[in-house]
Amino acid sequence: MIGSRTLHAVARRGALSALTLGLLSIVVFAGGQLLPGDVARSILGPLADARAVAALNHQLGTDAPPLKMYLHWVGHLLQGDMGMSYAYRSPVAPFILHALEKSLLLAAVTSVIVIPLSIGAGIVAAMNRGKWQDRLITLGGLSLTVVPEFVSGILLILVFGVWLRWLPISANTRPGTGLPEQLRHLILPALPLVLILFGYIARIARAGMVEALEADYTRTATLKGLRRSKVIFRHVLRNALLPTITVIAAQTSYLLGGLVVVETLFRYQGIGSLILTAARGKDYPMMEAGILCVGAAYILSAILADMLIALLDPRSQAAHR
Amino acid sequence: MKLLRRLAKPGFVAGFSIVLFWVLCAVLGPFLEPQSPYADDLMNALAPPSAAHWFGTDQIGRDIFSRIIAGARPILTVAPAATLLATFCGTAFGLITGYAGGWLDALLSRLIEVILALPLIVVALLVLVALGPSSLNVTVVIALVFTPIIARTVRAATITECKLDYVPAAQLRDEGPLHIMFVEILPNILPPILVEVTVRLGYAIFTVASLSFLGFGIQPPSPDWGLTIAENYGLIVGGYGWTVGFAALATASLVIGVNLVAEGIQEALQ
Repeated sequence: MIGSRTLHAVARRGALSALTLGLLSIVVFAGGQLLPGDVARSILGPLADARAVAALNHQLGTDAPPLKMYLHWVGHLLQGDMGMSYAYRSPVAPFILHALEKSLLLAAVTSVIVIPLSIGAGIVAAMNRGKWQDRLITLGGLSLTVVPEFVSGILLILVFGVWLRWLPISANTRPGTGLPEQLRHLILPALPLVLILFGYIARIARAGMVEALEADYTRTATLKGLRRSKVIFRHVLRNALLPTITVIAAQTSYLLGGLVVVETLFRYQGIGSLILTAARGKDYPMMEAGILCVGAAYILSAILADMLIALLDPRSQAAHR
Repeated sequence: MKLLRRLAKPGFVAGFSIVLFWVLCAVLGPFLEPQSPYADDLMNALAPPSAAHWFGTDQIGRDIFSRIIAGARPILTVAPAATLLATFCGTAFGLITGYAGGWLDALLSRLIEVILALPLIVVALLVLVALGPSSLNVTVVIALVFTPIIARTVRAATITECKLDYVPAAQLRDEGPLHIMFVEILPNILPPILVEVTVRLGYAIFTVASLSFLGFGIQPPSPDWGLTIAENYGLIVGGYGWTVGFAALATASLVIGVNLVAEGIQEALQ
């Protein structure tokens, strides 16, 4: 049953997200088109002839007033037109879509490894509170969380790729390679992201478990004679893991940033390396479209997490943000 | 004294020792380096670790051991500078928005939401592409992104303090808002600010290192660790692991050290 209150909450949420996305587009536009000052000058360099600079600015449409440029850009974006790449002289959209697809695959591999691993570790830590397992998982996880992806990536390559030779170093496979082999090449690139996310998710899963284990309903379930396993699976886990979903969604932003570094390290042509390549080559339309996609992906994941929680937890349907 | 005793836990002591070690390297660098970190020696390029070069040499024969020691200085200059700058601005913003409320407060919340919707690295890239990469620009960009985040913590603490009796009491004494914010409230919210600063320092090191690796941070010929990895990681396949392995270990130890210190302070203050 969808009540008018739920509808109201959804509408409010949608409006706020649209506002955030709008502000984001202004920030991205300001960073990409206004901060460099003269776009053609920054592409052609300080020694270029003034007439050449003016001609290029005219050709790119970057000699218009800022507000007009912004409205033009957003207007085309709303129609699904992300603009023309300066570097490739062709539409940006196909590049972005192809890169998003590859990044999504890497993000999926990361999630498939990290979610069960960290939730499992959080549960183990909570059930052994204060013992060495707990300290190892909590402190170890937290320490790994702060190590930059390229640092853990290098160490993982040295150990698993060069020394033990268990995993392929390159993320790329020859065209025509089957999916299982492609996935095998993505394990090593996914691991640095796994290490970062592990600590956060395990910590929240642990906290949720601890709270649920101490709750009255757990005591009631135990006292009425249910088996321990039944108490844990039927009563504790269901309540314990709700906050974890929010945290996983919140870490999406982090994951997307991590992709820039990991994709560069492993030379994988995803959205992160696309943004970086565009940034290095001053391909502003490509960079802006890529960054906006990353922001939109984050906002979308936050909405999805809210909806998932509403589905799993009937209590939150009445409460609106 | 009580705080010091509460801090004396293995995690904090280990973290503090690691950080102290790197700070000493940063300060005393030139006295500790066996060779110049910039002197190339092409006849000895890519030499594996040996008695003459403990950590081996890089592509143009520079001594990696010396470069690791010297590499503590750039990162331990840029990251703390950015954190300090952000702390000053963030504390001022947080106090003002928390105490005054109103439209300024609403604006700050919206701003934070937009900034948090983008990964830190991406925001930094966006600005650094326009301004050009340099240590100064990296410092300013990181401070810019951290300011609203610190402001949010300070704002929350300020709102809590405003409900306590001493704030209305000061208002009744006809103290000015600046006096109330900076003389009355600020000393009481120092603990959460201290925690936020140490946590932010960890993230600042993380971000500076990552930006240097991507080519938008500290620039060559600096012996910065992230930069060292960027310059040499293509050599891994050839089996020259020492050119990047030690720099990676150094970075990892520094961030873990700072994080252990932050954890220790957080636990001690709670």
